[in-house]
Amino acid sequence: MGFNGKMIRKKDLTIWQKAYIPEIFKGLRLTISQIFKPKFTYQYPEERFKPEPSFRGRPVLVQENGVERCVACGLCSRVCPALAIEVQASETELEKERYPIVFEINMVRCIFCGFCEEVCPEEAIVMSSEYELVFTSQEEAVFGKDKLLKSTEELKDRLEFLRQHR
Amino acid sequence: MGDVFLISVIKFVTYVSVVLLSVIILGWVERRLSAFMQNRLGPNRVGPQGILQIFIDVIKLLLKEDIVPKNAYKPIHDLAPVISIAVALSTFAVIPIGNTIELFGSHVKLMIADVNVGILYILSITSLGVYGVTLAGWSSNNKYSLLGGLRSSAQMISYELSMGLSIIGVLMISGTLRLDQIVLHQAQYLWGWLPAWNIFLQPVACITFVVAAFAETNRLPFDLPEAEPELVGGYHTEYAGLKWGLFMLAEYANVITASAVITTLFLGGWHLPYVESFGLSPFTLSILQVLTFCVKLLLVILFFMVIRWTVPRFRYDQLMSIGWKVMLPLTIANVLVTGLVLLLI
Repeated sequence: MGFNGKMIRKKDLTIWQKAYIPEIFKGLRLTISQIFKPKFTYQYPEERFKPEPSFRGRPVLVQENGVERCVACGLCSRVCPALAIEVQASETELEKERYPIVFEINMVRCIFCGFCEEVCPEEAIVMSSEYELVFTSQEEAVFGKDKLLKSTEELKDRLEFLRQHR
Repeated sequence: MGDVFLISVIKFVTYVSVVLLSVIILGWVERRLSAFMQNRLGPNRVGPQGILQIFIDVIKLLLKEDIVPKNAYKPIHDLAPVISIAVALSTFAVIPIGNTIELFGSHVKLMIADVNVGILYILSITSLGVYGVTLAGWSSNNKYSLLGGLRSSAQMISYELSMGLSIIGVLMISGTLRLDQIVLHQAQYLWGWLPAWNIFLQPVACITFVVAAFAETNRLPFDLPEAEPELVGGYHTEYAGLKWGLFMLAEYANVITASAVITTLFLGGWHLPYVESFGLSPFTLSILQVLTFCVKLLLVILFFMVIRWTVPRFRYDQLMSIGWKVMLPLTIANVLVTGLVLLLI
């Protein structure tokens, strides 16, 4: 007789609840009322989910005035728990003196944790709102600078969000 | 004689095609409705409102490989789904879907087989249905299937009793075993305005019969034979392709049949209240009766589906204690009270 809960329940229930049928009709009313409520489904290819700025989509490099902000310090590559980022530095005539000649993120390895964004001293790598990532091969999944660079206008929402919450 | 034969063939072909088609469509209705109840949309891409989805699923099932487990007993493994579907479809034969209709200059009764013990036929055939489930569970050579089959047979025995006893109240009132006579008896009026449907005359019998019908059709509050969280897939765990599809068809065919029996016995069958006073032509009246029957049937089927997503599954000991300790005394008391009232009147 290890059913302790059973004893307590029997005391709690009123005679109407024990009769069970009225309770079923209460449940039916709830179920039927749900039929007419608005649905949560997105009709995906036609209607897409628009993420909030707090959403962590694929990481991108911020491009300001046609140049990336990145100074190739390699901190993101260091902090990345999945070892997805590869940076190779080189020198430049610009004020920042260093820039990444190669910057690759392997999107198969990326786990969207956002550590690279957190650790970046220049706010040069941020998480965008893009979530549709489809590849047909391993090579295609390695995103180079051509795919990673995004202008500040495109990333305005996310940069604004970071400034407020950091 | 040839005329009678022709009419029987027409009735049979119409009935089988209509029931099989509606069984398939019910699959779609259930998926759509359950989605709506969970604030989803359900299948809505293929065809208008997704109605062709279920036909595509049927084609998919036809083309799938038929997998039989290595140690299964193949003859019975093949036979079990056939028993299930045959039994589920043959019950409908005695259900009157209308009174009579004038066709080719003769009066045609709107039921396939005019059996004088219609209710006994229904009771005996529906209890045969358990053989399909139990044999499927046994022949699969799988623990979970066997448990599902055993549960089904125990459940069927427990609820068959209260099902039969709840019908006795109805039989005492109408004094006949013919289903068309029972419906005709319900086509009268109490105190001149209330239709004498058995749901008003025998409310307790109605409730117990509906509960027993849920148990007989293995629908959700009583779907222990195929309880997914406990038994993988229950009795049809080891079935694939068309044979699995036959079990699904049998389930929905059982729902249609059970709803039809409930409609006939308790909701007045094809009787549409107050329509006699409008003075319609006999042919229009017959059509109207068939439509009434279909609408009532559909409402009961929808009730089956809404209950499925409202009431959680019973535990096995709860199932047994409700069957033996609540339903059985209740139905016996109902028979006694009905008998007393009939004696006093």
